[in-house]
Amino acid sequence: MTQFLQYTLQGLAAGGFYALAALGLAVIFGVLGVVNFSHGACYMLGAMISALLLEHFSLGFWPALVIVPVIMFFVGVLVERLLVQWLLRLDPLYNFLLTFGLTLLTVDIMKRQFGVSSLKYEVPAGLGGRISLGSVDLSIYQLFAAAFAVVICLLVWVGLTKTRVGMIVRAATEDAERSRALGINVARWVTPVFGFGIALAGLAGVLAAPYRAINADMGSNFIIILFAIVVIGGLGSILGAVVAGFLVGLVEAYGQGYYGQLSQVLIFVLMAAVVLVRPAGLFGREEAA
Amino acid sequence: MSDTLLRVEDLSAFYGEAQVLRNVSLDVAHGEVVTLVGRNGAGKTTLLRSIMGLHKGTRGVVALDGQSLDGKSADKRARLGLGWVPDNRGIYATLSVSENLSLPPVVDKSAAWSLDRIYEQFPVLHERRDFPGTKLSGGEQQMLAMARPLRAGSRLLLLDEPSEGLAPVIVNQIGQIIRDIKAQGVAVLLVEQNVKFASTVADRHNLLAQGEVVASLDNDEFHSRTTELLEHLGM
Ligand SMILES: Nc1ncnc2c1ncn2[C@@H]1O[C@H](COP(=O)(O)OP(=O)(O)OP(=O)(O)O)[C@@H](O)[C@H]1O
Ligand SMILES: [Mg+2]
Repeated sequence: MTQFLQYTLQGLAAGGFYALAALGLAVIFGVLGVVNFSHGACYMLGAMISALLLEHFSLGFWPALVIVPVIMFFVGVLVERLLVQWLLRLDPLYNFLLTFGLTLLTVDIMKRQFGVSSLKYEVPAGLGGRISLGSVDLSIYQLFAAAFAVVICLLVWVGLTKTRVGMIVRAATEDAERSRALGINVARWVTPVFGFGIALAGLAGVLAAPYRAINADMGSNFIIILFAIVVIGGLGSILGAVVAGFLVGLVEAYGQGYYGQLSQVLIFVLMAAVVLVRPAGLFGREEAA
Repeated sequence: MSDTLLRVEDLSAFYGEAQVLRNVSLDVAHGEVVTLVGRNGAGKTTLLRSIMGLHKGTRGVVALDGQSLDGKSADKRARLGLGWVPDNRGIYATLSVSENLSLPPVVDKSAAWSLDRIYEQFPVLHERRDFPGTKLSGGEQQMLAMARPLRAGSRLLLLDEPSEGLAPVIVNQIGQIIRDIKAQGVAVLLVEQNVKFASTVADRHNLLAQGEVVASLDNDEFHSRTTELLEHLGM
């Protein structure tokens, strides 16, 4: 029981990073039709920049939580304006290849600059240590990370469901062409949405920094899991991305806890099972598949 | 200024090499209901998509109120007053009924229907306002799809087979709605296979066969020659 609770918390914390990043991936795919392969690299950059801010500017975790998403937002805006937008008219595959190329480039540049060994990052003061609830002993930072991710997901959800911009993003995510034909200038939202999605990936990176190994390669496994999440949740479903993000976090944690090395396999077994039963994913619409 | 609201002239459309529309010309006057009747695959949807600016392989003239729409994006065309009602109704599943209604930006303040007025005209939509759009029945979805551009204040509705897949009673209701819309001064370009239905709502008809308009006639003539025309269309 104790173990189970610990794994659950671990799963929710990891699921939080996944959910945030997958949310970004989903809105980008929805509005631009682009599958952003560089999402894992953006997550890595989020963690790396946090570590660099600490090392060179003594800016710790709390400032990083704000600064990094802002930086990543502008990185996203820049990439969209300079590169992505020119390929939007072509087959979506071109942008997939572009973001794949950008990933290789980013990862190699980071390796060159910072080597392959992991950078150090401390759990922020006040969030270190463990807390005992009865017989259960939980990491405070993981509690924080899980709660923080849930809060951000809720905020994004409120923004998506209660504001006009959110309604437009949801509509464009469901069917961008139709939204245009109804008079919505979808193009106007393309750049901010891309930036926003990248910022979410960066934010996930900051959250991961205090307890994951920070190095240039940390995004490569992450992106594979993100794709599994998107498939499980349903490509183009925002709610699906969040739910599947947490779900995969949990499966991974239970897998690690109870079966050791099997955890990654379990994720893909889950994916295969979902696809067998619902080819469009848990929250995907069948005709969209 | 003439009375013409929409003018389509020598419009040709292609899918790759295949030509599906050949020099189609037709026009719709302010407040007029005009049909384009043709069988499966005649090119009706393609024509509406071309008018909306959604079909890339299009040549020819599309003008609204004398202003060419050439090079204008679909969203620009919608904001100039075109109200597209696609064949699959185009209702958003992730948006509630009321959100579906208020999603399109208002294009003409004086012509736009208020939500209250929409709900008065379509009481079911009021009842279901908080439902996800696709939880409605087919007929209700069709009403929602037609109400949406009215709320935005579109001047011309492009209706793609609104009667398709609906029970006869509902088809009659849709017909009444079209007549009501016309009474409000909104023009309609109606694309149909259901000839009987088309003849109950329209002023004029264009018959489309193999991508060409083979006849244009008013409703009386259409009535008297229905059988012969249908044979001609292979329907
Ligand atoms: N994406 C496409 N690629 C190639 N050919 C297409 C495509 N869409 C339609 N066509 C062809 O173009 C022709 C016209 O199609 P369109 O959908 O405009 O007809 P329609 O009159 O609307 O038919 P329906 O009554 O079935 O809705 C058809 O022969 C169809 O096979
Ligand atoms: Mg059609």
